[in-house]
Amino acid sequence: MIHKTSSEVGGMGHSVKRKEDLRFIQGRGNYVDDVQLPNMVYGQVVRSPYAHARIKGINTEAATKLKGVLAVITGQDLEKAGLSWMPTLFHDKQMVLATGKVLFQAQEVAFVVAEDRYTAADAAELIEVEYEELPVLVDPHHATDPDAPIIREDRDEKSNHIFHWEVGDKQATDKAINDAPVKIKLSTAFQRCHPAPLETCGCVADFNPATGRLTVWETSQAPHAHRTLFALVAGLSENDIRIISPDIGGGFGNKVPIYPGYVCAVVASITLKRPVKWIETRSENLQSTGFARDYHMTAEIGADRDGKVKALRVGTLADHGAFNAAAQPSKFPAGLFSICTGSYDFQASFCEVDGVYTNKAPGGIAYRCSFRVTEAAYLIERAMDALADELGMDAAELRLKNFIPSDRFPYKSPLGFTYDSGDYKAAMNLALEQAGYKDLLKEQADKRKKGELMGIGISSFTEIVGAGPAHTYDIAGLKMFDSCEIRVHPTGKATARLGTKSQGQGHETTFAQIIAQELGIPVAGITVEEGDTDTAPYGLGTYASRSTPVAGAATAVAARKIRDKAKKIAAHLMEVSEEDLEWEPGKFYVKGAADKAKTIQEIAFAAYTDLPPGLEPGLEAVDYYDPPNLTFPFGTYICVVDIDKGTGEVKVRRFIAVDDCGNIINPMIVEGQIHGGLTEGLGIAFMQEIGYDESGNVQGGTFMDYLVPTAVETPHWETGKTCTPSPHHPLGAKGVGESPNVGSPAAFVNAVVDALSHLGVRNIDMPVTPWKIWRLLKEKGQAG
Amino acid sequence: MAKQSIQVKVNGTEREATVEPRLLLVHFIRDVLRLTGTHVGCDTTNCGACTVLLDGRAVKSCTMFAVQADGRELMTIEGVALDGQLHPLQEGFKEEHGLQCGFCTPGMIMTSYALLGKNPKPSEEEIRWGISGNLCRCTGYQNIVKAVQYAAAKMAK
Repeated sequence: MIHKTSSEVGGMGHSVKRKEDLRFIQGRGNYVDDVQLPNMVYGQVVRSPYAHARIKGINTEAATKLKGVLAVITGQDLEKAGLSWMPTLFHDKQMVLATGKVLFQAQEVAFVVAEDRYTAADAAELIEVEYEELPVLVDPHHATDPDAPIIREDRDEKSNHIFHWEVGDKQATDKAINDAPVKIKLSTAFQRCHPAPLETCGCVADFNPATGRLTVWETSQAPHAHRTLFALVAGLSENDIRIISPDIGGGFGNKVPIYPGYVCAVVASITLKRPVKWIETRSENLQSTGFARDYHMTAEIGADRDGKVKALRVGTLADHGAFNAAAQPSKFPAGLFSICTGSYDFQASFCEVDGVYTNKAPGGIAYRCSFRVTEAAYLIERAMDALADELGMDAAELRLKNFIPSDRFPYKSPLGFTYDSGDYKAAMNLALEQAGYKDLLKEQADKRKKGELMGIGISSFTEIVGAGPAHTYDIAGLKMFDSCEIRVHPTGKATARLGTKSQGQGHETTFAQIIAQELGIPVAGITVEEGDTDTAPYGLGTYASRSTPVAGAATAVAARKIRDKAKKIAAHLMEVSEEDLEWEPGKFYVKGAADKAKTIQEIAFAAYTDLPPGLEPGLEAVDYYDPPNLTFPFGTYICVVDIDKGTGEVKVRRFIAVDDCGNIINPMIVEGQIHGGLTEGLGIAFMQEIGYDESGNVQGGTFMDYLVPTAVETPHWETGKTCTPSPHHPLGAKGVGESPNVGSPAAFVNAVVDALSHLGVRNIDMPVTPWKIWRLLKEKGQAG
Repeated sequence: MAKQSIQVKVNGTEREATVEPRLLLVHFIRDVLRLTGTHVGCDTTNCGACTVLLDGRAVKSCTMFAVQADGRELMTIEGVALDGQLHPLQEGFKEEHGLQCGFCTPGMIMTSYALLGKNPKPSEEEIRWGISGNLCRCTGYQNIVKAVQYAAAKMAK
């Protein structure tokens, strides 16, 4: 049970208004492109127009002669410095600037530096690259065909196959499925999409030749990891590198990797001895930086006639593009994809994944999720609907029948995860009640009689967030712990620094609330800082909903260390023994004499002025937290759609989201995260796709053709919550920012498929566009 | 290209500059005037992060040249608060949690400012259509709608 603090203190459970907002609403944020340094110059990347072509020559003469141009860097120049390739975050390497050949459209070929943005853009136009086009591989299903062009000539293995990975008991699964009286097989794809944060990626690299120090302002979700990688790759001394992630305009996984533009800006700054700014355009962002998904999946379920599931078999083809630049914190090539048994109690399961190269932008990244959990949740939730359809059973009833019972936690899944806690039935029942599910079913039946198309979609997902633990999770070898350092000042105010980096999640408020909860210092007197590697303790950054599960835990533990010391000081001040003291947020008091007390502010002052003998001065603590397990948030989402037969247009009439993320720090912020994640899920389900034509030309390279939801398509979200605390997290919290993006795509698509199921439709691949629906209706003779 | 001299009243103050005719208004605001509250989120006039008021009308400053603002009046996010007092819209965005990463926020506030100028009591649907030229990737818009409603109610008092 968490002690509820006063609203002035603003600990856990208070909807404290955000501390960061005042600067943002007044145009006083400080994003990377806002950084202006004396003598600063601008870089521009020259990109390939072809998806696969040999570079015959690069003529930089005209560009170099242009007034205001300071440098042109090519792959050959970087090769001399040993920097033409860099490691990716997952056991592969990637070209910084192309040498030999280009492998995807918009690949980085040269870097031009000029006195201003416009001259740099002019000069980029003047670079002449002679290409010889090569056969292009776009479809991952043909990647291992005998006549497929070999994309990666640099590898010893002359094949486009990257990895085969499998987990689970194949024999038991095959047998259970073979013996099952009811079987379904669903093949579906989770399309390639892009997180498209509103701020694109960019940096300002500033090498100071006088001090030998390199400072890089960078759109980075993981500034410490970037510092270490810069040191290792470029051979720079790590103490001479300072990475600053200032305000970040959304990340969603897009800002985890290191991109060639950053490296080029650093090289240019070291060469020119001037600060170099490089900011992507939106097209560059969509066409070349970390995409997500591109998983082509098949699920097979064997079940009893009464709907009890027995086994799940999953096969997947993963398209990684030209380089396996997966930004993911696990040892497994497919990340946490083996969470694909979801919320259901399968006795046996087997999952295998094959990764391949194609002539597309490298990736993937985890777009608002732990790596590959969104694909997994989508697959199992779609497959459960296919099973319900096969059995003629209600989709909610089938799920309720197969949920892992709440008394079975911690639950060991057949693919190896240990779920910490859950009560799936409670979340489902609340969602059904909030939706008025029975009435909806009746309405749907009535509408069908009239020939109208209405669908109800359910998704009862299980999330997996908060990497570490360090024994299994690392990124480029760096263990997935995280950190918090708290300094309580003599006047009782505090400053905390963390290894994470907010990109809109509100860390300056929520981490202050954890400290307020643990120490009783009001939120108003606590400053939270992140993103500066010179000042913050080492941490692995913010993605995979790991900030609250890992850094939030570190914050609580660091605060408790401070409390332990404060207790010694309080005992000294009140001349009692420590055992005689009780704590309530904000003060130690003597047992049985509540009026005899010392506040945290009095204790803080004494920590610098009146210490017991032998105790060192100060009131500070740091904690590096390695979680014992991941956390497993969950929920049930219900989506109601109406489809226009004339246009194929889907209207999301209602969406009910019941989430359970354990104990909540700030309900307002949690609710905001859920709204945002659902909206991204809506975009993925209905609009967002990075497509390619047969020549490898990007089809979703601007916001004119890569559509994201506006306020008009976005419905009014209805939310609800249950609370099942994590048993191993110091605050019982779980992390929530990504649940809505993980859980919702299946709810949207299940609703659309449900609306058309009586016509024999069992699958529509995302994005579910009006054109796809209209074509289906036309096929079935149903188009209006 | 021959540079041109322009004169623009920015947040109440006359500013003069000599600029290339091709200089985008948003770069004039950000790089010349150093008012960095106005952001760039795309290159195709889709996202609205660069929205400012030109003679009271909301415009996307990435799709105008600075020379087109010559002799006209410009208002950016930095000019919205008066005498240190937050505008009801700014207050509304904070109170209703209408922002997360903050990158779209200045553009959203400028668009909403123009919207409330034309329609002081917009319905939810009118607000949603009114801000449909501004993209937000974080909030799902619901709390932005509430923020605009908060401001409308406060301004009606």
